[in-house]
Amino acid sequence: MNGLILLIPIALGLGLLGLAAFFWSLRQGQFEDLDGAALRILVEDEEERIA
Amino acid sequence: MTAAALVERDFAVPDIRCAGCIAKLEQGLVRDRRIAAARVNFTERRVHLSCTPDTGMPDLIGAFSSLGFEAHPIGTGPDEADAEAETSRELLRAVAVSGFAMMNIMLLSVSVWSGAAGATRDLFHWLSAAIALPTVAYAGRPFFRSAWRALRHRRTNMDVPISIGVLLVSVMSLYETATHGAHAYFDGAVMLLFFLLCGRWLDSVMRDRARGGVTALLRNMGTGAMVFQHDRATQWVDATALEPDMVMLVAAGERLAADGVVTSGSSSVDLSLLTGESAPQAVRPGDVVHAGTLNLDAPLKVRVTAAGADTAIADIARLMGEAAQGKSRYVRIADRAARLYAPAVHCLALLAFAGWMVAGAGWHHSLLIAAAVLIITCPCALGLAVPAAQIVAAGALMRKGVLIKDGSALERLSEVDLALVDKTGTLTLGRPEALDLGQLDVGVKSLILALAQSSRHPLSEALTRGLQAFDVRPAELASIRETPGFGVEARWAGHVVTLGRPVGTGLGDALATQFAVDGRPVATIRFADQLRPDAHGAVDALREAGIAAMILSGDRAEAVAPVARELGLTAQTGMSPQDKLAAIARQTAVGHKVLMLGDGLNDGPALAAGHASMAPGSASDAGKNAADCIFLGDRLMPVVETVRMARRTQAVVRQNFMLAIVYNVVAVPLAFAGLVTPLIAAIAMSGSSLLVVGNALRLRGAIR
Repeated sequence: MNGLILLIPIALGLGLLGLAAFFWSLRQGQFEDLDGAALRILVEDEEERIA
Repeated sequence: MTAAALVERDFAVPDIRCAGCIAKLEQGLVRDRRIAAARVNFTERRVHLSCTPDTGMPDLIGAFSSLGFEAHPIGTGPDEADAEAETSRELLRAVAVSGFAMMNIMLLSVSVWSGAAGATRDLFHWLSAAIALPTVAYAGRPFFRSAWRALRHRRTNMDVPISIGVLLVSVMSLYETATHGAHAYFDGAVMLLFFLLCGRWLDSVMRDRARGGVTALLRNMGTGAMVFQHDRATQWVDATALEPDMVMLVAAGERLAADGVVTSGSSSVDLSLLTGESAPQAVRPGDVVHAGTLNLDAPLKVRVTAAGADTAIADIARLMGEAAQGKSRYVRIADRAARLYAPAVHCLALLAFAGWMVAGAGWHHSLLIAAAVLIITCPCALGLAVPAAQIVAAGALMRKGVLIKDGSALERLSEVDLALVDKTGTLTLGRPEALDLGQLDVGVKSLILALAQSSRHPLSEALTRGLQAFDVRPAELASIRETPGFGVEARWAGHVVTLGRPVGTGLGDALATQFAVDGRPVATIRFADQLRPDAHGAVDALREAGIAAMILSGDRAEAVAPVARELGLTAQTGMSPQDKLAAIARQTAVGHKVLMLGDGLNDGPALAAGHASMAPGSASDAGKNAADCIFLGDRLMPVVETVRMARRTQAVVRQNFMLAIVYNVVAVPLAFAGLVTPLIAAIAMSGSSLLVVGNALRLRGAIR
């Protein structure tokens, strides 16, 4: 029973963390361009970037 | 430069194909000082720019074309589209929340089912309640809203039993928990929400994806024009800001943004999108020209007589709006099922409650059984049956270059039994193709190719396209010069070579161009709008599929007759948009379900009125907006493939319904008998959902 007091909050916390991460990425627009994201790894950055 | 001073603009760039294009655009565009940031959306083939407010539209389009891309400005999206994207995001959030809740509650429920008892079971039930109740309140909103809307109008839909079921089960389970009962159905309630939300979300994803594809295709016809100011300088004016008596300068190859009268210049205009007429019409000062037509030869000055809502196009738009009203009467298969299903479910649950009350089981036990009946009959599989099959079918078709606007389009497509087909641009390619190029010598071909490549005139483009098939290299030419209204001229090995308007060949108004060396005609090339390469096969395949075809054309009888003869179809010619509408109404009245195929503005109302409709990717914006689906490329076969796919999809949907009914036939008696524990409910629900989704996935391989 003592284990449960510790484990259940941990399990729920981890789940909530995942949910929060999903919401965050949704708001960041990471799901807007799924096909493009797969291709961007092939894009070379320009040497000098103006910040 | 401050961020606040920047304006945001969106462009559709259909030619983005690879990672190289992304890099080229994002890095190339920002080299222009006025463009602060560029972001490519590959999925939707769009580019989002932040630029300084003084950057004109032609400059931005110029920046794209200097990188080798054709860009079409997209107006600030209609609010409707934004609202739909927001709905789909809200659904996705609800799916995520209910998925999270379902998994965690299931974790606790498994412990209860494997024998947790006493205080542990109570603790787990309370924890489940703490997760489930906020989830039901958050993720259930789409269903509650829709059910409430239906009830307020004294109707019922699928969402009414769902909402009642979920709420009743939650309240009952809470009561169970508070009274230390053995069975809490929190897992069932949340699982039900999760599966149903998945179905809703799939449905909305499908609409979004197709809408994205369609916006990328829209050219936003005549989105503006160069207008002469008082000081004779020209400035770009947006189509919405055009006013009567402004004078537009319309370059060759540009579409007119407003109706007007030609004040100077002579040219020919392509009316095919407006009327279906395939031969271009010559225009001289004083002639009336309409918005949406394409100026072919030479720059024209046009005095605007009507813009925006007053143009000839607007009349067609009004007709389209009226025609589309009829289509909204179509009731989707899931809703038709719900009309029978919802009352049956309610009666069953009521019956179970009354039965157990009469049998003396006490109100608590009876209510629990009624709740079990509601939750077990709740159309978990039914909610997934339709969208799962339709999204798989739409995905398979999209890979084939067919965009389906929504699920109801697939349902309607499966029912059609008569195809009414427009000629220009639908059965034919809708663009001039050079004839008899094979008879020219190789030397002449390479000279013509070199001249044609240097011009953007539609005939030159047709020549370039046609000659590239012959594997010839363009000749080396010097001092190439294009004279609007005449043609291209260049120097080659001491001779003057020209490609231009034919002189004195007696060809009448047929489309032709003449190649001459030092003014001496060498070759005359004629052009004609050609049938799509597989038009014959597609018409035959349609007939095999039990769909008779008929031509409805706005073109003259002489132009339609050869096509009709070649394909063995009957044809009606010289039809106005109203005539086409009337033809559809006549066929509908005798019981046909009409599939309308068309591309032009003049087909818009007919596309909106047909039971189902398809348009080629080269269609007018109005045509693409009105059609249920759009096929890309030069082949006509996708039309037949789409109809076949729609029929297969409908078959799978029906199988799914059968599965759901069989499941109910087994599960309802169990629930009636009070034998459905939360464990059985969970197994039955997820089992039937998996079965339905698995069946839908079979459609993936249905199209070769």
